[in-house]
Amino acid sequence: MSAMIDVIILGAGPAGAAAAVEAARRGLKVLLVDEAVAAGGQVYRIAPGIRARDATPEREAGDAIRASLAASRVDARFGHRVWQVERNAASFAVHTVNATGPVTLTARALIVAGGAVERHIPIDGWDRPGVMGLAGATVLLKAQCMLPGRDVVVAGAGPLLLAVAAGIVHGGGRVAAVVDLQPRSRWLRDWRSLASRPDLLARGARWMATLLASRTPMLHGSALRRIEGDPVVSAVVVTRLDAVGAVVADGVERTIACDAVCLGFGLHPATDITRLLGAAHAFDAAHGGWHVVTDEHQSTSIAGLFVCGDAAGIAGAAAAPWSGRVAAVAVDRHLGRVSAAEALSAVTPMVAKRDRAARFGRAMTQVAEGGDGIVLAIAPETPVCLCEQVSRATIDAAVDAGATTLSEVKSATRCGMGPCGGRLCEDAAARLIGLRTGTTRAAVGMATGRPPLRPVALDHLAGEFDYDALPIAQPSPL
Amino acid sequence: MTSADLRIAEGVERGPRVSFRCDGREVEAHEGESLAAALWASGLRADAGERTEGPPFRVLFCAMGVCQQCVVLVDGVRVEACRVPVRAGLDVRTQS
Repeated sequence: MSAMIDVIILGAGPAGAAAAVEAARRGLKVLLVDEAVAAGGQVYRIAPGIRARDATPEREAGDAIRASLAASRVDARFGHRVWQVERNAASFAVHTVNATGPVTLTARALIVAGGAVERHIPIDGWDRPGVMGLAGATVLLKAQCMLPGRDVVVAGAGPLLLAVAAGIVHGGGRVAAVVDLQPRSRWLRDWRSLASRPDLLARGARWMATLLASRTPMLHGSALRRIEGDPVVSAVVVTRLDAVGAVVADGVERTIACDAVCLGFGLHPATDITRLLGAAHAFDAAHGGWHVVTDEHQSTSIAGLFVCGDAAGIAGAAAAPWSGRVAAVAVDRHLGRVSAAEALSAVTPMVAKRDRAARFGRAMTQVAEGGDGIVLAIAPETPVCLCEQVSRATIDAAVDAGATTLSEVKSATRCGMGPCGGRLCEDAAARLIGLRTGTTRAAVGMATGRPPLRPVALDHLAGEFDYDALPIAQPSPL
Repeated sequence: MTSADLRIAEGVERGPRVSFRCDGREVEAHEGESLAAALWASGLRADAGERTEGPPFRVLFCAMGVCQQCVVLVDGVRVEACRVPVRAGLDVRTQS
């Protein structure tokens, strides 16, 4: 049996990969685990065999991460899907499934770098074929070099709107309209934070220039009322929002024909693993909503458990490597290999860089934060939970019958109990509950974390089960 | 709209052309593309049938293994189409 692993890092995006390289550089025995086939996370994702000849800044950043991992002593395990994580007395057990079967890995410390999940606000017709997430559209454009459609409506909020719309135009497609929840002025409010990253600001400006040059219609302060089709998407109905972001009851509606819709409302931190482990979480809209509570050095309320990158609160890809490196130093300290003073002097410059880069990411999080107006405007029959087909009316009825928390609504309606594990609907469901009960998101709470984290075949769950090993009590003497 | 329309042709290198079957129909794709992307490019958007469990089938929504809408049977095994690279000769069924 090999020596105990010092630290397992879950997620090989910019945060997890940097954490792994830093930890290995410090002499720790490191396992890096990811379900994808290569490092990069969602933001720098690639598909093997597909390559655009002109490298984008994202491709270059991803290639740099993959090269630094290859040059390190990190033991990277790709194609491993994590379905359960357990905390034992002085170690963590990570249960995964790969192409050949179940694999359990254990280590003395754990860094979770699980990234973010796209936030969705249900719209009448969002379940039609031909609708995809903005994050999904970036995967299609960047990793697969494929267009979402020939004539696409890009709708929702946040920086991915511009990235996806410009990507479609670059790829030779047409954007029928960009429908942005935020008024044009909203993008300028946080200019001071945006100015902290002139490179990223310039990238946004180039996207904007692409859209202006192609005369793409930009509808700010607007939202989709309906997505129409039979059943595949053929048009959207757009309405303008009033000054506080509410849908005007008898407002003018406009129909725009299209063959695909890309839809998203920013990102929220992935909390599935940290909820499962019972770490402390808090709600803060500025961090993308519910997030695991971390201190200045990425430590959680659980000894030996560290979280970095967007999973600890949306801060963006530029801040991610710095928070990853801080977490690696914190693990080194946790394992007693460096003194408190040594650890502090190592992390101080990293913390400063992390916090500076995070200002940009946080400003973008604010831009993506949709107001309550379009949540209130969700039609009663619109499905909120797609897995279990739970409509807004069903959620409202559960609240009217006395449910006040997400867990209560979940058990009353099955909302969030399907195979996606509530990742698509829980944020919207919690907002609906909070608005109807008049309570805060903190009071509405989160759903309890339960395994399996991702769907896995039953024979994999039972894979290591041995009937002969069952302890059978001896019959007691007569 | 032809199926080749959605692949960005200019300045993109792809793997060799391969073909596989989806619900008995022949689909042309490039090795290394995700099955979801290849089916999307072929024009498939959804299936006509009802599913007994999980969300209704959509070829592509999250494209990153979260939403479970693209689950298909590949050579008899339930998988997310967005997480399977295309290989020659795959037998894909959209009805589980």
